[in-house]
Amino acid sequence: MNNATLPPTTPEQELAKRTRRGFLGLGLGAAAAAGGWQWLWSQPQEGGVPVPLRSVLDANARLNQNLLFRDAHLAPEFPPERIQAIRANGDFGLEGALDADAWRLALTPWRGAAPLQLTMADLKKLNKLEYTAEFKCIEGWSSIVRWGGVRFRDFVALYAPGAEKAAYVSLTTPDKEYFVGVDMASMLHPQTMLCFEKNGQPLELAHGAPLRLVIPVKYGIKNIKRIGTISFSDQAPPDYWAEEGYDYYAGL
Amino acid sequence: MTTKRLEQKHSLGKRWTHWVNFPVLMVMIWSGLLIYWANDVYEVNLGPASFHFFPDAVYRAFNLDHRLSEGMAVHFLFMWLFAINGVMYVLYTAISGEWRDLVPQKGSFGDALQVMLYDLGLRKQLPPQGKYNAAQRVTYSAIIVMGLGSLITGLAIYKPIQVAWLTEGLGGYTWARAEHFVLTLGYLGFFVIHIAQVLRAGWGNFQSMVTGVELVETKLAAKETVHE
Repeated sequence: MNNATLPPTTPEQELAKRTRRGFLGLGLGAAAAAGGWQWLWSQPQEGGVPVPLRSVLDANARLNQNLLFRDAHLAPEFPPERIQAIRANGDFGLEGALDADAWRLALTPWRGAAPLQLTMADLKKLNKLEYTAEFKCIEGWSSIVRWGGVRFRDFVALYAPGAEKAAYVSLTTPDKEYFVGVDMASMLHPQTMLCFEKNGQPLELAHGAPLRLVIPVKYGIKNIKRIGTISFSDQAPPDYWAEEGYDYYAGL
Repeated sequence: MTTKRLEQKHSLGKRWTHWVNFPVLMVMIWSGLLIYWANDVYEVNLGPASFHFFPDAVYRAFNLDHRLSEGMAVHFLFMWLFAINGVMYVLYTAISGEWRDLVPQKGSFGDALQVMLYDLGLRKQLPPQGKYNAAQRVTYSAIIVMGLGSLITGLAIYKPIQVAWLTEGLGGYTWARAEHFVLTLGYLGFFVIHIAQVLRAGWGNFQSMVTGVELVETKLAAKETVHE
């Protein structure tokens, strides 16, 4: 050992050595973090966000679906005096004039059954569902609204039996300008409804007349207005906002 | 006669979690602002004076506008890093026993006020203290409670139907969102004071958060102590 031949290090020298090492380590850590950040944003995009971020959004969705989501987890209901005015945000797919009498819901039932053209009267054969809940926009605002319609679960049982086994539901406006894909578990949630009434009155055009989706376990972007078509699929159907960088699942 | 020696001040576990938390919290605040922009409804009204969070110039200066989807995608990745790093810190502090230096003691809140007065030059002497003074004990414990608060209020607005009991317990969805926001303002306030104090304490103190050690002066030999 030649340690003995070296002059003894002073505390100052020892500190200088530790400082060099420490700040070198911190610098390397900072460089690695900056490199990771660069890498993240240099990745190819999928639906408007870098693939790693899209993967995490999807992983978070699976976690929610497997660990948190329950049919029994209901959106809290509110007394009528707490009803609030609600903004009419999205108008994609609502531009064309609506002929309410000519409107039909084009339903493609599950696996080969003949397509159906349903009228409002067909829908109203189902038991009416009505509740007052807080509608939540992905922008961050929320409004308490009373919705009236029919349970989607009942609708499937009557008009598309067996479709519960599909993984997704695809809904579009009549002109296909707006379209959403929603996982089946969320569609079968007991509060998910095909809605034709808002605060006891028929839906206004701006809020989705004649028929819209109200699905409290999702952000407003999934609550498609003026539904024209409904179909079922095992692959995730196209979704308007998921293509613009938003979470496909968008679950609350 | 004094001599100088190196003393261990900050453990490796504490330094790691501190320096990991810094950029992670910055990313969380930044992505949170991208999200907040889409519904920036909060303002403080104090009679004639009011402040809106935030003036358009702030969004423009930091390029925060029209980036909601990006903000959400980043926020919901870095929330995991923030949570994991926070849990690691709490576990480490609990297991190592370092919590004893950090949690407020009886009298800490009163002493913290004295420390504040001292720092502001309104009091001559610091109250007796251990490794951390009373103000530090209160602040460094509060910041952990705030971190927990951010996770709880964050979950309440992230999954308000699945954890409706929690969201309702916080006063409902809109309140939980406001609470989440106020906690963030708290971090910004903490940050300003923390940086100011670190600058004031000087290089020796700052470098110890990197190296873990600090050069301290010690009196040499007990026999020089004079008993009077």
